[in-house]
Amino acid sequence: MRELVSLLNVFCLLSLLAVGGGSAVLPQMEHETVTVHQWVSADDFATIYSLGQMAPGPNMTMVGLIGFKAANHAGMSTGWGFAAMLVVLFAFYLPSSFLTYAVSHIWDSFKENPWRDAVQRGMAPITIGLMLAGVHAVGKTASYNPAHSLHFNTITIAVGLAVAGILFARRINPALLILAGGAVGWFALRGI
Amino acid sequence: MNNNPPTPTCPEIFAAFFRIGVTSFGGGLVAYLRDELVAKKNWMSPDEFLAALEIGQTLPGLNSVNVAIIAGRRLAGARGAIAAAAGLVVPGAVILVILGLLYVRFRNNRDVAAALAGIAAAAVGLLLQVTLKIGAKQLLNPLDLFFVLLTFVLVGLCHVSLPVALFLIAPFAIILRRPRGEAAK
Repeated sequence: MRELVSLLNVFCLLSLLAVGGGSAVLPQMEHETVTVHQWVSADDFATIYSLGQMAPGPNMTMVGLIGFKAANHAGMSTGWGFAAMLVVLFAFYLPSSFLTYAVSHIWDSFKENPWRDAVQRGMAPITIGLMLAGVHAVGKTASYNPAHSLHFNTITIAVGLAVAGILFARRINPALLILAGGAVGWFALRGI
Repeated sequence: MNNNPPTPTCPEIFAAFFRIGVTSFGGGLVAYLRDELVAKKNWMSPDEFLAALEIGQTLPGLNSVNVAIIAGRRLAGARGAIAAAAGLVVPGAVILVILGLLYVRFRNNRDVAAALAGIAAAAVGLLLQVTLKIGAKQLLNPLDLFFVLLTFVLVGLCHVSLPVALFLIAPFAIILRRPRGEAAK
Protein backbone atom coordinates (compact mmCIF):
# COMPACT_ATOMS: atom_id res chain seq x y z
CA MET A 1 0.00 0.00 0.00
CA ARG A 2 2.83 2.39 0.83
CA GLU A 3 4.34 1.68 -2.57
CA LEU A 4 1.09 2.70 -4.28
CA VAL A 5 1.10 6.01 -2.43
CA SER A 6 4.74 6.63 -3.38
CA LEU A 7 3.91 5.85 -7.01
CA LEU A 8 0.98 8.26 -6.83
CA ASN A 9 3.15 11.01 -5.37
CA VAL A 10 5.96 10.61 -7.87
CA PHE A 11 3.86 10.37 -11.03
CA CYS A 12 1.38 13.14 -10.12
CA LEU A 13 4.30 15.50 -9.70
CA LEU A 14 5.87 14.31 -12.96
CA SER A 15 2.54 14.93 -14.71
CA LEU A 16 2.51 18.58 -13.70
CA LEU A 17 6.20 19.02 -14.50
CA ALA A 18 5.91 17.65 -18.04
CA VAL A 19 6.43 21.02 -19.71
CA GLY A 20 6.62 20.65 -23.46
CA GLY A 21 5.56 17.00 -23.48
CA GLY A 22 6.32 13.71 -21.79
CA SER A 23 9.94 13.35 -22.89
CA ALA A 24 10.88 16.36 -20.75
CA VAL A 25 10.30 14.39 -17.54
CA LEU A 26 12.28 11.32 -18.64
CA PRO A 27 15.48 12.25 -16.73
CA GLN A 28 13.55 13.00 -13.53
CA MET A 29 11.45 9.85 -13.99
CA GLU A 30 14.58 7.74 -14.45
CA HIS A 31 16.16 9.27 -11.37
CA GLU A 32 13.06 8.76 -9.17
CA THR A 33 12.20 5.24 -10.30
CA VAL A 34 15.72 3.78 -10.68
CA THR A 35 17.94 5.61 -8.20
CA VAL A 36 15.65 6.95 -5.47
CA HIS A 37 12.92 4.30 -5.17
CA GLN A 38 14.63 1.43 -7.02
CA TRP A 39 11.33 0.25 -8.46
CA VAL A 40 13.04 -0.81 -11.68
CA SER A 41 16.66 -1.42 -12.71
CA ALA A 42 18.32 0.92 -15.19
CA ASP A 43 18.08 -1.88 -17.76
CA ASP A 44 14.36 -2.31 -17.13
CA PHE A 45 13.81 1.42 -17.45
CA ALA A 46 15.53 1.58 -20.84
CA THR A 47 13.64 -1.50 -22.06
CA ILE A 48 10.27 -0.29 -20.80
CA TYR A 49 10.86 3.07 -22.45
CA SER A 50 11.68 1.42 -25.75
CA LEU A 51 8.67 -0.91 -25.54
CA GLY A 52 6.59 2.25 -25.19
CA GLN A 53 7.94 3.44 -28.52
CA MET A 54 6.64 0.30 -30.21
CA ALA A 55 3.10 0.40 -28.84
CA PRO A 56 0.52 2.69 -30.46
CA GLY A 57 -0.94 5.68 -28.64
CA PRO A 58 0.85 8.24 -26.48
CA ASN A 59 4.41 6.98 -26.02
CA MET A 60 4.50 7.72 -22.29
CA THR A 61 1.78 5.14 -21.56
CA MET A 62 4.78 2.94 -20.78
CA VAL A 63 4.79 4.51 -17.30
CA GLY A 64 2.09 1.95 -16.44
CA LEU A 65 4.67 -0.83 -16.82
CA ILE A 66 6.91 0.93 -14.31
CA GLY A 67 4.02 0.75 -11.85
CA PHE A 68 3.56 -2.92 -12.62
CA LYS A 69 7.24 -3.66 -12.06
CA ALA A 70 7.29 -1.57 -8.88
CA ALA A 71 4.49 -3.66 -7.37
CA ASN A 72 6.34 -6.74 -8.53
CA HIS A 73 9.50 -5.48 -6.86
CA ALA A 74 7.65 -4.87 -3.58
CA GLY A 75 6.54 -8.51 -3.59
CA MET A 76 2.90 -7.78 -4.45
CA SER A 77 0.74 -10.18 -6.47
CA THR A 78 -0.03 -9.75 -10.16
CA GLY A 79 -3.46 -8.35 -9.25
CA TRP A 80 -1.79 -5.61 -7.23
CA GLY A 81 0.54 -5.13 -10.17
CA PHE A 82 -2.39 -4.20 -12.37
CA ALA A 83 -3.72 -1.93 -9.62
CA ALA A 84 -0.34 -0.21 -9.46
CA MET A 85 -0.36 0.14 -13.24
CA LEU A 86 -3.73 1.91 -13.12
CA VAL A 87 -2.59 4.12 -10.24
CA VAL A 88 0.45 5.24 -12.24
CA LEU A 89 -1.52 5.81 -15.46
CA PHE A 90 -4.11 7.90 -13.61
CA ALA A 91 -1.43 9.74 -11.65
CA PHE A 92 0.52 10.56 -14.79
CA TYR A 93 -2.40 11.58 -17.01
CA LEU A 94 -5.05 13.06 -14.66
CA PRO A 95 -3.35 16.11 -13.10
CA SER A 96 -2.18 17.59 -16.41
CA SER A 97 -5.55 16.70 -17.97
CA PHE A 98 -7.46 18.49 -15.21
CA LEU A 99 -5.25 21.50 -15.68
CA THR A 100 -5.78 21.50 -19.44
CA TYR A 101 -9.51 21.04 -18.98
CA ALA A 102 -9.70 23.98 -16.59
CA VAL A 103 -7.43 26.28 -18.55
CA SER A 104 -9.11 25.62 -21.89
CA HIS A 105 -12.19 27.32 -20.38
CA ILE A 106 -10.34 30.54 -19.69
CA TRP A 107 -7.75 30.36 -22.45
CA ASP A 108 -9.23 33.15 -24.56
CA SER A 109 -8.70 35.65 -21.77
CA PHE A 110 -4.93 35.30 -21.85
CA LYS A 111 -4.42 34.16 -25.42
CA GLU A 112 -3.47 37.71 -26.45
CA ASN A 113 -1.29 38.33 -23.39
CA PRO A 114 2.26 39.12 -24.62
CA TRP A 115 3.72 37.18 -21.70
CA ARG A 116 2.31 33.96 -23.10
CA ASP A 117 4.75 34.21 -25.98
CA ALA A 118 7.57 35.02 -23.53
CA VAL A 119 6.75 31.93 -21.47
CA GLN A 120 6.68 29.73 -24.55
CA ARG A 121 9.93 31.09 -25.96
CA GLY A 122 11.62 31.01 -22.57
CA MET A 123 10.55 27.46 -21.79
CA ALA A 124 11.46 26.05 -25.23
CA PRO A 125 15.23 25.73 -24.61
CA ILE A 126 14.56 24.26 -21.15
CA THR A 127 12.36 21.60 -22.72
CA ILE A 128 15.09 20.78 -25.25
CA GLY A 129 17.68 20.57 -22.45
CA LEU A 130 15.38 18.21 -20.54
CA MET A 131 14.89 16.06 -23.63
CA LEU A 132 18.66 15.87 -24.12
CA ALA A 133 18.93 14.82 -20.48
CA GLY A 134 16.30 12.19 -21.35
CA VAL A 135 18.49 10.92 -24.20
CA HIS A 136 21.32 10.67 -21.68
CA ALA A 137 19.13 8.99 -19.03
CA VAL A 138 18.08 6.20 -21.38
CA GLY A 139 21.30 6.16 -23.40
CA LYS A 140 23.61 5.53 -20.46
CA THR A 141 22.02 2.10 -20.20
CA ALA A 142 20.91 1.42 -23.76
CA SER A 143 23.73 2.95 -25.82
CA TYR A 144 26.96 3.41 -23.84
CA ASN A 145 26.71 1.04 -20.93
CA PRO A 146 30.02 0.57 -19.06
CA ALA A 147 28.86 -2.91 -18.05
CA HIS A 148 29.01 -3.98 -21.70
CA SER A 149 32.03 -4.60 -23.90
CA LEU A 150 33.35 -1.95 -26.29
CA HIS A 151 32.15 -4.10 -29.19
CA PHE A 152 28.60 -4.19 -27.72
CA ASN A 153 28.56 -0.44 -27.10
CA THR A 154 29.86 0.33 -30.59
CA ILE A 155 26.94 -1.58 -32.08
CA THR A 156 24.30 0.02 -29.82
CA ILE A 157 25.62 3.53 -30.50
CA ALA A 158 25.78 2.79 -34.23
CA VAL A 159 22.16 1.56 -34.20
CA GLY A 160 21.02 4.73 -32.43
CA LEU A 161 22.92 7.05 -34.76
CA ALA A 162 21.69 5.10 -37.79
CA VAL A 163 18.07 5.47 -36.64
CA ALA A 164 18.53 9.22 -36.06
CA GLY A 165 20.26 9.62 -39.44
CA ILE A 166 17.63 7.67 -41.36
CA LEU A 167 14.84 9.68 -39.74
CA PHE A 168 16.52 12.93 -40.76
CA ALA A 169 16.96 11.68 -44.32
CA ARG A 170 13.47 10.39 -44.96
CA ARG A 171 9.98 10.11 -43.52
CA ILE A 172 9.56 6.58 -42.33
CA ASN A 173 7.47 5.13 -39.50
CA PRO A 174 9.78 5.12 -36.44
CA ALA A 175 8.11 1.95 -35.11
CA LEU A 176 9.51 0.08 -38.13
CA LEU A 177 13.01 1.38 -37.43
CA ILE A 178 12.73 0.28 -33.82
CA LEU A 179 11.70 -3.19 -34.93
CA ALA A 180 14.67 -3.17 -37.33
CA GLY A 181 16.86 -2.24 -34.34
CA GLY A 182 15.53 -5.35 -32.61
CA ALA A 183 16.47 -7.48 -35.61
CA VAL A 184 19.98 -5.99 -35.70
CA GLY A 185 20.29 -6.58 -31.95
CA TRP A 186 19.19 -10.19 -32.24
CA PHE A 187 21.64 -10.75 -35.08
CA ALA A 188 24.66 -8.81 -33.80
CA LEU A 189 24.41 -8.69 -30.01
CA ARG A 190 23.50 -12.28 -29.19
CA GLY A 191 26.88 -13.74 -28.53
CA ILE A 192 28.52 -10.76 -26.85
CA MET B 1 -18.04 27.65 -42.36
CA ASN B 2 -19.79 25.07 -40.36
CA ASN B 3 -23.32 26.28 -39.68
CA ASN B 4 -24.65 23.35 -37.73
CA PRO B 5 -21.94 22.38 -35.26
CA PRO B 6 -21.43 18.64 -34.97
CA THR B 7 -22.71 16.98 -31.81
CA PRO B 8 -21.21 13.50 -31.67
CA THR B 9 -22.18 11.26 -28.78
CA CYS B 10 -19.64 10.06 -26.23
CA PRO B 11 -19.46 6.55 -27.74
CA GLU B 12 -18.75 8.13 -31.13
CA ILE B 13 -16.00 10.26 -29.61
CA PHE B 14 -14.53 7.26 -27.80
CA ALA B 15 -14.60 5.23 -31.04
CA ALA B 16 -12.83 7.93 -33.04
CA PHE B 17 -10.02 8.34 -30.49
CA PHE B 18 -9.82 4.59 -29.94
CA ARG B 19 -9.15 4.18 -33.66
CA ILE B 20 -6.19 6.58 -33.34
CA GLY B 21 -5.08 4.82 -30.15
CA VAL B 22 -4.94 1.50 -32.01
CA THR B 23 -3.36 2.60 -35.28
CA SER B 24 -0.85 5.27 -34.25
CA PHE B 25 2.28 3.12 -34.21
CA GLY B 26 5.47 5.13 -34.15
CA GLY B 27 4.26 8.32 -32.48
CA GLY B 28 3.42 11.58 -34.21
CA LEU B 29 -0.04 11.50 -32.67
CA VAL B 30 -0.81 15.13 -33.36
CA ALA B 31 -0.88 14.41 -37.11
CA TYR B 32 -3.26 11.48 -36.55
CA LEU B 33 -5.50 13.67 -34.39
CA ARG B 34 -5.63 16.44 -36.97
CA ASP B 35 -6.44 13.97 -39.71
CA GLU B 36 -9.31 12.43 -37.77
CA LEU B 37 -10.81 15.54 -36.12
CA VAL B 38 -10.40 18.08 -38.91
CA ALA B 39 -10.23 16.15 -42.18
CA LYS B 40 -12.30 13.02 -41.61
CA LYS B 41 -14.93 13.89 -39.02
CA ASN B 42 -15.12 17.64 -39.53
CA TRP B 43 -15.51 18.02 -35.75
CA MET B 44 -13.12 20.98 -35.59
CA SER B 45 -12.01 23.66 -38.03
CA PRO B 46 -8.27 23.87 -38.78
CA ASP B 47 -8.09 27.05 -36.68
CA GLU B 48 -9.86 25.43 -33.72
CA PHE B 49 -7.43 22.53 -33.92
CA LEU B 50 -4.46 24.87 -33.98
CA ALA B 51 -5.79 26.73 -30.93
CA ALA B 52 -6.26 23.43 -29.08
CA LEU B 53 -2.72 22.40 -29.99
CA GLU B 54 -1.37 25.72 -28.69
CA ILE B 55 -2.98 25.16 -25.31
CA GLY B 56 -1.88 21.54 -25.30
CA GLN B 57 1.72 22.47 -25.98
CA THR B 58 1.86 25.32 -23.48
CA LEU B 59 0.48 23.38 -20.53
CA PRO B 60 2.24 20.45 -18.88
CA GLY B 61 1.31 16.95 -19.94
CA LEU B 62 1.42 15.10 -23.24
CA ASN B 63 0.43 17.25 -26.19
CA SER B 64 -1.72 14.51 -27.72
CA VAL B 65 -3.63 13.78 -24.50
CA ASN B 66 -4.14 17.50 -23.87
CA VAL B 67 -5.53 18.02 -27.38
CA ALA B 68 -7.85 15.04 -26.84
CA ILE B 69 -9.11 16.60 -23.58
CA ILE B 70 -9.79 19.95 -25.26
CA ALA B 71 -11.43 18.42 -28.33
CA GLY B 72 -13.55 16.08 -26.22
CA ARG B 73 -14.70 18.95 -24.03
CA ARG B 74 -15.66 21.05 -27.06
CA LEU B 75 -17.70 18.19 -28.48
CA ALA B 76 -19.47 16.82 -25.42
CA GLY B 77 -18.31 18.47 -22.19
CA ALA B 78 -16.59 16.64 -19.37
CA ARG B 79 -17.82 13.23 -20.49
CA GLY B 80 -16.54 13.92 -23.98
CA ALA B 81 -13.12 14.80 -22.58
CA ILE B 82 -13.00 11.56 -20.60
CA ALA B 83 -14.16 9.53 -23.62
CA ALA B 84 -11.51 11.12 -25.86
CA ALA B 85 -8.57 10.66 -23.46
CA ALA B 86 -9.60 7.11 -22.55
CA GLY B 87 -10.00 6.15 -26.20
CA LEU B 88 -6.54 7.46 -26.96
CA VAL B 89 -4.71 5.83 -24.04
CA VAL B 90 -6.47 2.50 -23.43
CA PRO B 91 -5.40 0.54 -26.57
CA GLY B 92 -1.70 1.33 -26.09
CA ALA B 93 -1.95 0.49 -22.39
CA VAL B 94 -3.45 -2.92 -23.17
CA ILE B 95 -0.77 -3.67 -25.77
CA LEU B 96 1.91 -2.56 -23.31
CA VAL B 97 0.54 -4.93 -20.65
CA ILE B 98 0.96 -7.78 -23.12
CA LEU B 99 4.47 -6.64 -24.11
CA GLY B 100 5.34 -6.18 -20.44
CA LEU B 101 4.20 -9.66 -19.46
CA LEU B 102 6.14 -11.16 -22.36
CA TYR B 103 9.17 -9.15 -21.25
CA VAL B 104 8.98 -10.42 -17.67
CA ARG B 105 8.55 -13.97 -18.97
CA PHE B 106 11.33 -13.98 -21.57
CA ARG B 107 13.81 -11.34 -20.42
CA ASN B 108 16.45 -13.93 -19.54
CA ASN B 109 16.26 -15.61 -22.92
CA ARG B 110 19.46 -14.86 -24.84
CA ASP B 111 17.72 -14.09 -28.13
CA VAL B 112 15.08 -11.86 -26.51
CA ALA B 113 17.68 -9.97 -24.47
CA ALA B 114 19.74 -9.29 -27.61
CA ALA B 115 16.69 -8.11 -29.57
CA LEU B 116 15.60 -5.87 -26.66
CA ALA B 117 19.07 -4.35 -26.48
CA GLY B 118 18.79 -3.49 -30.18
CA ILE B 119 15.28 -2.07 -29.67
CA ALA B 120 16.42 0.10 -26.77
CA ALA B 121 19.44 1.34 -28.77
CA ALA B 122 17.13 2.27 -31.65
CA ALA B 123 14.69 4.05 -29.27
CA VAL B 124 17.54 6.27 -28.04
CA GLY B 125 18.24 7.20 -31.67
CA LEU B 126 14.58 8.08 -32.16
CA LEU B 127 14.51 10.29 -29.06
CA LEU B 128 17.74 11.96 -30.14
CA GLN B 129 16.36 12.70 -33.59
CA VAL B 130 13.08 14.10 -32.22
CA THR B 131 15.03 16.29 -29.79
CA LEU B 132 17.37 17.65 -32.47
CA LYS B 133 14.50 18.20 -34.89
CA ILE B 134 12.19 20.15 -32.61
CA GLY B 135 15.17 21.84 -30.93
CA ALA B 136 17.00 22.94 -34.09
CA LYS B 137 16.04 26.58 -33.58
CA GLN B 138 17.08 26.61 -29.91
CA LEU B 139 20.34 24.76 -30.52
CA LEU B 140 21.44 27.33 -33.10
CA ASN B 141 20.63 30.39 -30.98
CA PRO B 142 23.47 31.19 -28.52
CA LEU B 143 21.23 32.44 -25.70
CA ASP B 144 18.84 29.49 -26.06
CA LEU B 145 21.76 27.08 -26.34
CA PHE B 146 23.04 28.37 -23.00
CA PHE B 147 19.74 27.43 -21.35
CA VAL B 148 19.64 24.09 -23.17
CA LEU B 149 23.08 23.19 -21.84
CA LEU B 150 22.43 24.60 -18.37
CA THR B 151 19.25 22.50 -18.06
CA PHE B 152 21.01 19.42 -19.44
CA VAL B 153 23.93 19.72 -17.01
CA LEU B 154 21.80 20.49 -13.92
CA VAL B 155 19.09 17.87 -14.47
CA GLY B 156 20.87 15.28 -16.62
CA LEU B 157 24.34 15.21 -15.09
CA CYS B 158 24.02 16.73 -11.59
CA HIS B 159 20.56 15.25 -10.91
CA VAL B 160 19.13 18.52 -9.64
CA SER B 161 15.48 17.79 -9.05
CA LEU B 162 13.25 18.93 -11.92
CA PRO B 163 10.98 21.30 -9.93
CA VAL B 164 14.06 22.92 -8.39
CA ALA B 165 15.71 23.30 -11.79
CA LEU B 166 12.55 24.77 -13.30
CA PHE B 167 12.21 27.34 -10.52
CA LEU B 168 15.88 28.29 -10.85
CA ILE B 169 16.09 28.53 -14.63
CA ALA B 170 12.62 29.33 -15.96
CA PRO B 171 12.26 32.84 -14.46
CA PHE B 172 15.53 33.98 -16.09
CA ALA B 173 14.70 32.29 -19.39
CA ILE B 174 11.24 33.89 -19.48
CA ILE B 175 12.35 37.35 -18.35
CA LEU B 176 15.03 37.45 -21.07
CA ARG B 177 12.24 36.83 -23.58
CA ARG B 178 9.88 39.33 -21.95
CA PRO B 179 7.58 41.34 -24.18
CA ARG B 180 9.14 44.63 -25.24
CA GLY B 181 7.88 47.96 -26.57
CA GLU B 182 4.24 48.46 -27.45
CA ALA B 183 3.12 44.96 -26.58
CA ALA B 184 4.42 45.11 -23.00
CA LYS B 185 1.75 46.50 -20.78
